[in-house]
Amino acid sequence: MTERYDVLVVGAGPAGLSAACAAASRGARVGLLDAQARVGGQVWRHDVARADASSVPRAFTRAIARAWVEFLAQTQVVAAAPGVLLVEDTQGARSLQTDALILATGARELMLPFPGWTLPGVTGAGGLQALAKQGWPLAGKRVVIAGSGPLLLAAAASARRHGAKVLGIHEQARADMVFRFACGLWRWPSKASQALRLRAQLAGIRYSCSSVVLRALGDDRVRAIELDGPTGRQQTECDVLAVGYGLLPNVELPQALGCKLENDGAHPRVRTDDRQCTSVTGVFAAGEICGIGGRDAAVVEGAIAGYAAVGAVAAVQALQRRRQHQHAFAAHLQRHFALDSRVLALADPETLVCRCEDVPLHALDGYIDARSAKLATRCGMGACQGRICGSALEAMGRFPRGDLRPPFFPARLATLGDTDFSADLNSGVVSS
Amino acid sequence: MSGERVSVQLNGIAVEIVSGSSVAAAIASLGMLSRRSVSGQWRAPLCGMGVCFECRVCIDGVAQQRACMVQVREGMQVRTDD
Repeated sequence: MTERYDVLVVGAGPAGLSAACAAASRGARVGLLDAQARVGGQVWRHDVARADASSVPRAFTRAIARAWVEFLAQTQVVAAAPGVLLVEDTQGARSLQTDALILATGARELMLPFPGWTLPGVTGAGGLQALAKQGWPLAGKRVVIAGSGPLLLAAAASARRHGAKVLGIHEQARADMVFRFACGLWRWPSKASQALRLRAQLAGIRYSCSSVVLRALGDDRVRAIELDGPTGRQQTECDVLAVGYGLLPNVELPQALGCKLENDGAHPRVRTDDRQCTSVTGVFAAGEICGIGGRDAAVVEGAIAGYAAVGAVAAVQALQRRRQHQHAFAAHLQRHFALDSRVLALADPETLVCRCEDVPLHALDGYIDARSAKLATRCGMGACQGRICGSALEAMGRFPRGDLRPPFFPARLATLGDTDFSADLNSGVVSS
Repeated sequence: MSGERVSVQLNGIAVEIVSGSSVAAAIASLGMLSRRSVSGQWRAPLCGMGVCFECRVCIDGVAQQRACMVQVREGMQVRTDD
C-alpha cells in the first residue's frame, strides 16, 4: 500500500510538530510520523502519572486533534530514499511518498562506558525521565543523577516528582563554567525562567561540579557507586544511577538519504542552509539533528522547515532572527558543558563497550575504523546497530561511527519484502 | 496517580498497571529484569527511548520487542528472559 503526502515529517517532537503545523497552515497535506504512540518527542513526553496534563503546546495538539496534520503513531522508518519511505507500524509495512521530506529525528543521550554501566538500575539521565513518565516505578528509590548539562536538573526534578529520593546531582563540568553558563542565560529569558523554576523544585538537593561517577557496583543490579569529586573519592549506596553526558544528533536517517553532515564537536550533525534545506533536494532537517540547541531552537527551525517545504518564503525570512538567537544559545551550551577528558577514559580494558554483543574495550585496541572493528569483534553488530557504542567510541576518540544500512531498525521479514517500496524505488519516483 | 488500570501477564504473573504505561514499567513494577546479554548478564532499560534495545522482551509471542516503546494492553502476555 502506498500513501502520498505533500509534506512528510519524521519525528513528532518540538521540531517535527512545529514543521508539520507550519506546512499544514498553508494548506498542504501533511503526514507526521513517530515511533512513539503520542506526539511530543522526549521534551514533551506524556506522563502517565498526570494523565490529564499535556505538556505539548495547545496549537500543536489542536492541529493533531482536528486532523489538519495526520499523525501516524508507532510508525518507524525501516528504509528510505528521497521521496519515499518504507515504514512499519503495528499493522504492517507501508510505503509513503512525498514531495517534501522533513527530518526531525531529534537527539539521543551520549552514554559513556564506565565499569558497571551495564548493571540494571543504571540508566541515562534523560533515560530516567523518559522511564519515569512511562510509569517506571521510582517511589522511595534512592537516585543519583550524574553526567553533564542542564538535562541533569530536569531529570532530577522528574525523579523527585515521581517520588524518588534524589541523593545528589553530579556535573562533570567545572563550577566556574556552570556559573558562567547560568550568568549568560539572561539573553534567553525562557531558559532563565526554566532554570529558576528547576532550582526551586530541586531545593535541598546537592549539586556538585567537577564530580564524576567512576564506577557502579553491584551483583545483578546497581547497589552503590563510586564518585570522584573536588573532595576526593567516595562511595554512595543507591538504587538507581541516571547518567548522561549530553545529547547527540540522530543522523542515521539523513545520512542514509545522502544528506551532507558536518562535525559538531565529536559528533556529526546535518548541514542545512538558513531555510533548513539539506544537501539533498526536497529533504529538509530541523531541530536537534542540526546541532544540539534545545526545544526553542527546534521549534523555530521546525517552523522554518515547514514553511520552506511549501514555498512560504516570507514566513521563512521572518523567522531568521529568532533562528540566529537560538543558535547562539546552542553555542553557549556547548562551550560551557564541554566534556572533561577524564570522563572519556572511565572504561577499563575489561569494560563492555558494545552492550549488544558484549565486546570489551580491550578487544577494540588497534582498530582505526568502525567497519573493521565490527567485522573482527562484532562491536556495533547488535540490535542497536552501534547507536550506543558507536557514539561512545566516537566521543572517546577511537573512530567515527559507521553509517547505518537498512533496515534502520529490526523489522519484520514481511516489511523487508514490501513490493510497493521496491516498485517505488525502481519506478523513478525516487530521484536523487 | 490517575487513569484506569489494565492487567497484563508477565511470565505468567498477573500485574495491574496504569493505562498508558510501558511494558518496561510493568516489568520493573514486579522487580523483574528484561533480558540476558550474549554472555549471560542481566540487563534492564538504559535509554528509555527506543535506542539501546536493552529492554527487549517477547510480547504476545513476538520476540525482540522494545519494552519501553510498547504500551500495556489488557491481557497482554510478556515474557522476559529466564
